Amino acid sequence: MTYCEPLTPSRRALLMSGGALFASAYLPKFARAADGRDPRLIVIILRGAMDGLSAVAPVGDPDYADLHGDLALAASGTNAGLALDNFFVLNPAMTTFARLYKSGQAAVIHASATGYRERSHFDGQDVLESGFGGPGNVSSGWLNRAISALPQGERVGSQLVKVSGLAVGPTAPLVMRGAAPTLGWAPQFMPVAADDLASRVLDLYRHSDPALADALMRGLDTEKQAARNGMGGDAAKSKGGMDSAAGMRQAASGAARLMAADDGPRLAALAFEGWDTHQNEGGATGRLFQLLGGLDGAFEEFEKGLGDKWKDTAILVMTEFGRTAQINGTIGTDHGTGTVAFLVGGAIKGGRVIADWPGLKSSQLYESRDLMPTTDLRSVLKGVLRDQFGLSAATLSDKIFPDSESVKPMQGLIVS
Amino acid sequence: MALTPDAKNALIAFSRFGLGARSGSGAGDFSKAALDPRGFLKAELDSGKALITNPELMDTRTNLVALYADQEETKRRREANLTAAPKSGGPAAANMAPALGVAAASSAAVAMNSASMNAPSMNAPAMNSGGNDMMMSKPDSALPPRLDAPKMEMGKVDMTKPDAAKRKLSMEQEIFRTEALARFQHALSCEAGLIDRLVWFWSNHFCVSVAKSQFSRVTAGNLEREAIRPHVLGHFGEMLKAVEQHPAMLHYLDNQQSVGPNSKAGQNRKKGLNENLAREIMELHSLGVDGGYSQADVTSLARIITGWSVHGREAKNAAPGTFAFNANAHEPGDHTVLGKVYAGKGIDQGESVLSDLARHRATAKHIAFKLARHFVADMPPASLVERLTQVFLQSDGDLRAVTTALIDADEAWSAPLTKLRSPQEFLVAVARATGRNLDDPGQLLNGLNALGQPLWQPSGPNGFGDTVDTWASAEGMKLRLDVASNLARQVKDLGNPLDVLDAVAGAAASNLTKEAIARAESKQQGFAILLMSPEFQRR
Repeated sequence: MTYCEPLTPSRRALLMSGGALFASAYLPKFARAADGRDPRLIVIILRGAMDGLSAVAPVGDPDYADLHGDLALAASGTNAGLALDNFFVLNPAMTTFARLYKSGQAAVIHASATGYRERSHFDGQDVLESGFGGPGNVSSGWLNRAISALPQGERVGSQLVKVSGLAVGPTAPLVMRGAAPTLGWAPQFMPVAADDLASRVLDLYRHSDPALADALMRGLDTEKQAARNGMGGDAAKSKGGMDSAAGMRQAASGAARLMAADDGPRLAALAFEGWDTHQNEGGATGRLFQLLGGLDGAFEEFEKGLGDKWKDTAILVMTEFGRTAQINGTIGTDHGTGTVAFLVGGAIKGGRVIADWPGLKSSQLYESRDLMPTTDLRSVLKGVLRDQFGLSAATLSDKIFPDSESVKPMQGLIVS
Repeated sequence: MALTPDAKNALIAFSRFGLGARSGSGAGDFSKAALDPRGFLKAELDSGKALITNPELMDTRTNLVALYADQEETKRRREANLTAAPKSGGPAAANMAPALGVAAASSAAVAMNSASMNAPSMNAPAMNSGGNDMMMSKPDSALPPRLDAPKMEMGKVDMTKPDAAKRKLSMEQEIFRTEALARFQHALSCEAGLIDRLVWFWSNHFCVSVAKSQFSRVTAGNLEREAIRPHVLGHFGEMLKAVEQHPAMLHYLDNQQSVGPNSKAGQNRKKGLNENLAREIMELHSLGVDGGYSQADVTSLARIITGWSVHGREAKNAAPGTFAFNANAHEPGDHTVLGKVYAGKGIDQGESVLSDLARHRATAKHIAFKLARHFVADMPPASLVERLTQVFLQSDGDLRAVTTALIDADEAWSAPLTKLRSPQEFLVAVARATGRNLDDPGQLLNGLNALGQPLWQPSGPNGFGDTVDTWASAEGMKLRLDVASNLARQVKDLGNPLDVLDAVAGAAASNLTKEAIARAESKQQGFAILLMSPEFQRR
């Protein structure tokens, strides 16, 4: 098969349609050589800015209920959340997360944000994914640069594992774009082209348009890989967009199957959409509830699909910024600042809400309107990368999150 | 390789600026363009073929009145059903949901469809209705599911079932498909396709999404026809005003219900501001994210445009489904935007802000950059962006002058063809190359869904991406190959693909491409290779 060539590190990551995608890279062999662990990391981006105060509600804060009005969750009653501790409750949509939290495999980081302080989704996502201090750097993402910093490849059995990775849909999230090689997989819409046509077009491209040859070859290669992993046929049919619960589950299930393989990807990124809840956001039911249910379903699929790899897996969920502490005029929330990040997986030292709670009085809010961020999200990302893959603080501050020396990796997020 | 400059520039005229050369009735267009590529494009600007006025297309008001009636009828029927059959569960329950537009429904398939129609907007997007069926041959097997699914069901439904033959498209599906068909037909009828490329550019700049709601599904086509096409060669300020006051935009970005906290309505009902539209007006529609505005400016503009809404079903002394200025919801007082105080309490307060935003230097730069990025290169030459900015400013946002400056720019003809046709440019170019008439939009709609650019359905208000990376991804190219393969298999009476290559690329076709096509094992395979060739993909 002409297109089953080894992929080189110079090849770029890809995008997927629908906005959700995952991809990955070489086996990080070394990583936990000392204790024989085989770590995996999955990054889920929630596009649109998730309302952290409705996902993990500070019901113990005296100002919360008034500010969040009709959307507010409560410790008990009709809008009751799932208790996490005596201060925070979880949105009732997230039953899997609650179960994992109880068993010490899930944690919440509250009142966190990147260094970005404006309120544009698109710049906010660029900062979140690029790992830079400000917008305007869109050539590569921090997850891709982390892959580049890992030792390259190792033998699994008798086979040299080169690249593994995949994209679900037609566009790759920035966080996974860059020089390190990645692949993609997408639910199927139509019969695939015959191999003979594929190789003729590839041959034409090789002689006339190398960039298209490269992209097409990677696309075809991923398709073969997916088929080998039991994801051809019916399993490949798209079940919904990345803002539907079914679509989120399917993306997670597909990613889990590929990542569970011994030669599968170790790092992946997905993007779920639809979190821009300007109106009729809902609380204990409604729109945000359904989205969080989809995210929760993705956790369940990963846990199921990764099997015995789950114990070494960390899932990191992040969003570009939070939303206003006070609901707006249309029973929703506008763009804000501080919000939550979720950590889930067998590798997470969970069962805790990690927060330096800033309070919700007007004087305690950022610009008198948003949850004040007290944790730099990069400290969380750094803590996970350092303890999951053994990346040094210097590499993290220099290559992966440029100019972030003052942001120290958070301690103790990963089970040691 | 004999590549005459004229053929090269004719290919640029059709790919970079237009929608690909036509065969059939348009055979000969390529030779015509080769004689004077710039003149060929300017002649299309002079043709005045921007508007679509087919009699079967309804205006926003008519479509919304139909929607209101449909919702009312559904509500009435649901209430009747509730009274008549107080039991719950079963297929009947699914049919009772509000806002269901399907006339007759009892099969599980249709019930499923109705369920998704009633879901909150986040369920909408819709990547697809499932189906591994050969999308290209079944005109209706793809998304948006709510719009296409029922007819897809008709295509494969068991006609022995009692209600199968009666099943019809819902009102919103009819409207969406009628709009889509007219849009595609217009794109097939133009010589060069430059005007439609501009319309699509602006439609993406000022995008809405049919995934949001029924309201969006019945008005998305109207927004493009009524607010964008009339101004595509007119003034940017007029287009900006037409878009921001169009019901489709007021609904999509939530301004319809934004209420001034100190207005009468704000005081009476516990309602308030929603700053979504105000922010996107500045960030996406005019100044650009680096345009120098602050959160305070966003909030101020949000206050100023409170009351900009849409007349509802029971509007008094006004036409339902038209733009409304609701003084009761308008935040009183003077407000400051970008350092300037806007006095007054009427609609002109907001119109004055829009007018100033339209003339702002940051807006000129933002628009100039986006146009140059769209037509020329991901990172367009700074000299070109600056020239377009100056023309925009000096002409007070005259988009015909800006377009002419783009055609006249040397950079637009000398920059290498590094961009890739977007899915809609690609699919329309295929239809033009085959010289077919189009009488059903299904195939194109399905192709757009499969390639990740569903019609009027971007994932956010920033529209679809406009760089090479967006479309030339691994998955994107693989899907494009599958689409090309399926399309090639379906062309009837296919002539020699080398003749088609000659019609669309003339002497600009490379020997490599000619040889690859000539060596193909069948006409179909040769045609698929032509569709995937760099000459057909790059622009």
